[in-house]
Amino acid sequence: MPANKDVWSSKLGVILAVAGSAVGLGNFLRFPGLAAQYGGGAFMIAYFVSLLLIGIPICWVEWALGRQGARHNYHSSPGIFHSLMKSRWSKFLGICGFIVPVMIYMYYVYIEAWCLGYAVNALAGNLGPDIDFVTFFTSFTGAATDGSAVRFGLHDVGIFVLIVYALNFFFIYRGIAKGIELACKIAMPALITMALIILVRVLTLGTPDAAKPEQSIINGLGFMWNPAKPVVERITGQTWQTIATIESLELQSAYAARLAIDGTERIIDVNGTPTVQRRTNQWTKVETIASPQLVPAYQARLATDGTERITYRSALVNLTNPLLWLAAAGQVFFSLSVGIGVIITYASYMKRDDDVVLSGLTASSANGFCEVALGGLITVPAAFVFLGSAGVVGQSIFGLGFNVLPEVFALMPAGRLFSTIFFSLLFLAAVTSSLSMLQPGIAFLEEGLAIGRKRSVAILAIITGVGTWFIWHYSANLKALDTIDFWVGTVMLFVQATLMIIVFSWGIGLKKGWAMLHEGAEMRAPGVYRFILRYITPVFLLGIFMLFLLQNVFGWNYSLANPTFTPTGYMQDLIGDHPDPVARLSVFFIAGMILLTITLTLIAGRNWAKRDAGDHLNKTP
Amino acid sequence: MTLGGWINLLLSVGFVTTLFVYCLWRVLRGSPSDVNHLAHVEPHDPEQR
Repeated sequence: MPANKDVWSSKLGVILAVAGSAVGLGNFLRFPGLAAQYGGGAFMIAYFVSLLLIGIPICWVEWALGRQGARHNYHSSPGIFHSLMKSRWSKFLGICGFIVPVMIYMYYVYIEAWCLGYAVNALAGNLGPDIDFVTFFTSFTGAATDGSAVRFGLHDVGIFVLIVYALNFFFIYRGIAKGIELACKIAMPALITMALIILVRVLTLGTPDAAKPEQSIINGLGFMWNPAKPVVERITGQTWQTIATIESLELQSAYAARLAIDGTERIIDVNGTPTVQRRTNQWTKVETIASPQLVPAYQARLATDGTERITYRSALVNLTNPLLWLAAAGQVFFSLSVGIGVIITYASYMKRDDDVVLSGLTASSANGFCEVALGGLITVPAAFVFLGSAGVVGQSIFGLGFNVLPEVFALMPAGRLFSTIFFSLLFLAAVTSSLSMLQPGIAFLEEGLAIGRKRSVAILAIITGVGTWFIWHYSANLKALDTIDFWVGTVMLFVQATLMIIVFSWGIGLKKGWAMLHEGAEMRAPGVYRFILRYITPVFLLGIFMLFLLQNVFGWNYSLANPTFTPTGYMQDLIGDHPDPVARLSVFFIAGMILLTITLTLIAGRNWAKRDAGDHLNKTP
Repeated sequence: MTLGGWINLLLSVGFVTTLFVYCLWRVLRGSPSDVNHLAHVEPHDPEQR
């Protein structure tokens, strides 16, 4: 097989491509929703800690491993692991690096079609204030019944699926420099420019409805960023805790005289010993108050029997919530697109002495900028201004993006223009991400099956075409999309990232890995990252993965004293009393893809063994 | 928006923006070793004619 000479034409090109892979819908929809839900201050502390201890380290590892693979002209995860560890089984460590991007592409391109469709419909004036956006979304995406999305009108997703599919394969066929790099060099600056336009529009909204003065842009920012939010709490239970035991009967009357007169303390016989106990109320949050200015109104409505109160939950208290850490670390992890298999492939097209430390940090910082500085200032504040906190709280990523925000733009002056710009922005973010997911598959097919780009593109088009058709057809409740996103786009992602960090820090060895990272480096990673890479990142990542499984698969109630496990919907869809046939079919499809990948890897292994033997003969004098 | 909210917003947005701009500047400036690739030029000595 001829050596693949495809390389990036510039350092900025590879950085824009990796940043483009990372920047997606999650930056503008998922991050703002989570930050608002968990309280801005505590969430941002957890977010930045996770960025420094998980996000950036794994990013560096993936860049370094990828560039190392280039030395032996391997560009796919299985190939790179094979070349790094030189054993018969090491290539199988990388199979997630083929399955994950290829299968994520299958449904991501469907979502990309939604974005393009919404942008075109916004331009055509079809997303006005008289539209029921929930009905529009359901009809457009086919979420009502299976097969209902396979239509080709302007109000249907069909034609847009075909357009984005063709667009993706047009660019991927052109290769690294003339395809992916060119697309990202246009799309990324355009995306940031559009986001800045929307940002200026949102920050200058003021208070559009004079009848609702609390729904101002400043209060919208406060809803997103205030670290301590006022909440209404109600007593839902009481417990008695022992605070002292009475040594002798003579002292009992003295204790009795000192008991609190409000009935919150008592003396009770515990196993024959008089014991002083104090009552502790269990307060449960009932509602978050959107703005400190609304506190007097809520105060006036509190129950007069003392069973309700208003309190401020500080950032420090929120940091003890494991769900917050899971949300923040998960957001960093998924947002940076580490562990998918994209960065390792992209980095393998760099030259052997190209820097990866500064490049990896730049791509990560670009993602962070789009997420925190743009997404964090646009989505939730804009929604709050027009719809109040009720319009934001509890919304899913799709609900926020395709139900709430179209309504927000419909109410905004010149909303048609800004709606078009916003959904075009989402479309560009989605395109640069979906393109990145195709290249790992192309690379694996080329080098594994020893075929050229034309044939590998054709084979991948067929494989992904079958998958996208599956998701497009089984669109009821977006069940197929959701199931594959969970098991492949989430669980498998954790597996691949964990494997990568363990291979780097323990398989290759940290000393060798650290030297590998710094070859040609234009800046040095801080020395403390040697310790972080070897011990902190793997433990932190495994901890988050375990927490994720306990919450999302086994349904743990986060109680150590009285743990209960209620299998979540994803498990019940498969093995519950009323399993979902589409979910089962989706998992069957995933299993088929795994088998196909293992088969291809076995074939690739034979080709690589021949290639390695040939390389060895060429080197032997 | 409380004082804590403004601090949180400015610190978070300031950090990511500063880091992004700094990294972009370093990338666009290029590597210092690129400068060292200039050919060596002997200083002009008017006495040596």
